Amino acid sequence: MASDMTAPILDALSASDAPLLSNEAFPSTPSSNIKSALDRLGSRQFIEYETIDRDVFTLSAEGAEIAANGSHEAKVFNAVVAALDGLKISELPGIVGKDSAKVGQGNAFKRGWVKKDADKLRATTETIVDETRELLLTVQRTKALSDSKALADLKRRKLVAVTKEITYKFSKGPKYAREFVKEETDLTPEMLASGSWKTAELKAYNFNAKGAHTTSGALHPLNKVRTEFRNIFFEMGFEEMPTNRYVETGFWNFDALFVPQQHPARDLQDTFYIADPLVADAPREDPPEDPHRLKSLTTNTDAKPLDYKQYWENVHEVHEKGKFGSIGYRYPWNADETLRLVLRTHTTSVSAYVLHQLAANPRPARFFSIDRVFRNEAVDATHLAEFHQIEGVIADFGLTLGGLIGFMEVFFAKMGIHQLRFKPAYNPYTEPSMEIFGYHDGLGKWVEIGNSGMFRPEMLESMGIPKNMQVYGWGLSLERPTMIKYGVNNIRELLGHKVDLNFIESNPAVRLEKN
Amino acid sequence: MPTISVDKAALFKELGREYTTEEFDELCFEFGIELDEDTTNTERPIVDGVQEPPQLKIEIPANRYDLLCFEGIQLMLNIFLGQKPLPEYKLVPPPSGELQEIIVKEDTTKIRPYVSGAILRNVKFDEARYASFIALQDKLHQNLARQRTLVSIGTHDLDTIQGPFTYEALPPKDIKFTPLNQTKEMDGEELMTFYEKHQQLGKYLHIIRDSPVYPVIYDSKRTVCSLPPIINGDHSKISVNTTNVFIEITALDRTKLEIVNRMMVTMFSQYTAEPFTIEPVRIVSDHNNETRVTPDLSPRVAEAEVSYINQCCGLELSAADISSRLTKMAFRAKPSANKPDIVEVEIPPTRADVLHQCDIMEDVAIAYGFNSLPRSFPSKSGTVAQPLPINKLSDIIRVEAAMAGWTEVLPLILCSHDESFAWLNRKDDGNTAVKLANPKTQEFQVVRTSLLPGLLKTIRENKSHTVPMKIFEVSDVAFKDVTLERKSRNERHFAAAWYGRTSGFEVVHGLLDRVMAMLKSAFIIGEEGLENSATAESQYFIRELDNPTYFAGHAATIHARIGGKEHVIGQFGILHPTVLEKYDLKLPVSTLEINIEPFL
Repeated sequence: MASDMTAPILDALSASDAPLLSNEAFPSTPSSNIKSALDRLGSRQFIEYETIDRDVFTLSAEGAEIAANGSHEAKVFNAVVAALDGLKISELPGIVGKDSAKVGQGNAFKRGWVKKDADKLRATTETIVDETRELLLTVQRTKALSDSKALADLKRRKLVAVTKEITYKFSKGPKYAREFVKEETDLTPEMLASGSWKTAELKAYNFNAKGAHTTSGALHPLNKVRTEFRNIFFEMGFEEMPTNRYVETGFWNFDALFVPQQHPARDLQDTFYIADPLVADAPREDPPEDPHRLKSLTTNTDAKPLDYKQYWENVHEVHEKGKFGSIGYRYPWNADETLRLVLRTHTTSVSAYVLHQLAANPRPARFFSIDRVFRNEAVDATHLAEFHQIEGVIADFGLTLGGLIGFMEVFFAKMGIHQLRFKPAYNPYTEPSMEIFGYHDGLGKWVEIGNSGMFRPEMLESMGIPKNMQVYGWGLSLERPTMIKYGVNNIRELLGHKVDLNFIESNPAVRLEKN
Repeated sequence: MPTISVDKAALFKELGREYTTEEFDELCFEFGIELDEDTTNTERPIVDGVQEPPQLKIEIPANRYDLLCFEGIQLMLNIFLGQKPLPEYKLVPPPSGELQEIIVKEDTTKIRPYVSGAILRNVKFDEARYASFIALQDKLHQNLARQRTLVSIGTHDLDTIQGPFTYEALPPKDIKFTPLNQTKEMDGEELMTFYEKHQQLGKYLHIIRDSPVYPVIYDSKRTVCSLPPIINGDHSKISVNTTNVFIEITALDRTKLEIVNRMMVTMFSQYTAEPFTIEPVRIVSDHNNETRVTPDLSPRVAEAEVSYINQCCGLELSAADISSRLTKMAFRAKPSANKPDIVEVEIPPTRADVLHQCDIMEDVAIAYGFNSLPRSFPSKSGTVAQPLPINKLSDIIRVEAAMAGWTEVLPLILCSHDESFAWLNRKDDGNTAVKLANPKTQEFQVVRTSLLPGLLKTIRENKSHTVPMKIFEVSDVAFKDVTLERKSRNERHFAAAWYGRTSGFEVVHGLLDRVMAMLKSAFIIGEEGLENSATAESQYFIRELDNPTYFAGHAATIHARIGGKEHVIGQFGILHPTVLEKYDLKLPVSTLEINIEPFL
């Protein structure tokens, strides 16, 4: 424990009202001791102080040696003079030392103090001025040197070192007193018990500093946005779909959605295919013990049993020859292609599965999901091979396009987007298809925020959904609105193992309806 | 979605007025195409000392093949604006009455069975039209024709060759000709070697290369017109000065074959002496019942229900009103004479995208204006809002873990095989992991079977973070399961990892205890505790585990007994130093991973 300097400081100040310098008042006390006492007194306004720091030059070990005994070249000169009739070069290291002989000889030549005469050195002058030593002595005395060029040279030769010297200039403060009464730093149970709180003076609180750091856990920012979206869906009456299936069949991921088998989305370039296991089964009923089956659909007693074989045949026919009022794509439909396994490219595969379940007892219904999807894309700042898809589905009899627009306006208003417009677009499984654009106040422009549409009759009627029932579907990614909202430019800063834990820990709570 | 570049000045001239970028963007938006870029104010390339004139780059919906060229875009926009009538495409035989013929040999069924043809007579190209003609073929090859695999087009100067033509399939050695823009004659095999490294054509060789016979089209003098789908012969090549163009198209897909033919001739018959006239070609192909005259440009007549259109659009339009709005979308439509709820719609040969009356309904909505449709709000629902049970359970654990001071992370689901197995000192028994067939990088070889690789990689990437690091994830892993339709199943896991100057073994153990307590699962000591039926419905105990993933003597299996049924739900332990080395981790790590599905 360092000695407490508070009393000496108060004593020193008692003599005068003029400021004092710490290095004069307490030349031998370490500055850290003085600092802590000054801080303690300063925070209670006993004193005021300022910090003065300046560069101080001191001699290195070699510099100190030269200051004491002369420079290498002076030692050489003196040795040569002492030899009277010249000095044999080979004898020099023995007299002045190896290091001095090497450096000093060269410098002595350069200064013209000695010359070479066969194997001997001879002096060319009688007296010399040892400048280096003189300079170093000045530094040693004053801790400074006015000739900055010479000083730089000494520093370069490592004869002089620089250190910072901190001095405190302190004077009486508004609450100066000769005696330092230590204030209490905090209210304690002892103070409460003894009643000393009545007279105690608490140390003034620093209202300019932050409080004590709170350690805490954190939820991931993307999942916090996900929670907001889930709440929006729940507020609007949606049931969550079982998306816990990363591996899908070509049937559910593509064919059931009326995506033709030559569609570019089915290319190896875009979709991850599975090598092991290799081939799926044709669609069939889920095992009854599967705990993830949608209860609202599977426990319904009015439901008629689903005919999976018929469904398969309908899909086959509507692609190959057309059915349900459609001329179809008119190509030979390949069962092998539909039984290939893929990593789902969208959660719409699950929507198809759920809508097929709904066909057992068609009635107005609302479903949603938010989960991971996979695309075989090259990774860059805006693309990852994985991202989250938000998907909503509304089924009802007699739905209109204006109803979809009206619904989207309410849905997006809940996340703070109040101006929407809709662009006709193409999607193999929705018709009409609408791209949703929202006006972004911050960016000052229209931004594409999602896709929507009414599922095609080819898809729905194949399942057994009646012709007069329409189904809206819409989707957006979870990452894109999150990136726009929080100004994240690189998706890899948001999802995956390269995300900065500090970002997760410091990301504020998510309130989508606010900016 | 394809992007088409069109000359801005030329398009605005055709549209009869100038548009600002904003005005044109608005027009595109309403029509359902997207203005990607107006290059007026950008640096444009200079070729032969002439700067490229300003271009409009327009994104086209993937099913609108009629908008893949300047000719289509200007025509459809003009029709949409009510400035041009619907074209009436006419097949006009030559004055002699004798149609050109393509005689198909049966051997072609072995390689590329279908062919179609057409002739553009007295067509007038200029530089821009000619470039557009070539570009459309390219766009069709890339998109609809799937890189020429399904369909490919050959165009020829008819004045250099003489029908009837034959479409044959011959051994490569027997096909000899000088390919387009070459000077040397070569046979089929030599041609494959010659073009092997070719930047544009090299990628198409695989379509026929290994076949014993190659498809080839000859004229009556045995001049090779083309070797589909690779290249045409040099002899019959077209130029900007060609006036009579013979188009031959070969295909694997019969539907797409005719679509391609219709697109080529409907777009470029705009430039024939009498616009929109096309000379048909007779295909003689009795062996597969494909003898016919091509192209077929007769409109398909479809019926659309007025009630259906009005219901979906939320409108109350008359049949006549619907019909007139459909003209804006290039249909000829009229109310049915005898069926009051029906509009008869002639779907022109340009509109291959129309499959069902829902496509017609959409075009009524576009003609009306999506953004003008009457708004409503669907208010009926038979579902009760509720979360998926496994997600609700996950959220409980996520929140408890975060409240206990742990940080949630979200690593990727795909990982390398080594990360999943070897690096964790685990063996792949071949029946566990779902393996990908076509990943672009080694990082994505398998679907994770454990949450640990993601956690460990997250720590690796965050080594500058203060220690201890305490992270967790609640998410799915996937396993092979051949009993199921999809041959795999997901399983919801909870995993956590500690990284710090001490092993953290007791800390992850404590996290397990906390989560179990929150799931109302009581701790019992070993199996003897089972007999002492504790008060709780659910109990758990741990047993020492000897496993190479973990440091010896410092790992355990976690056993849960829920409703009387026992499950081994997971493991925790200090990771083995060799695991740390593989993941490049310098400090001790303890991990915990459990399957939470038994707690559903």
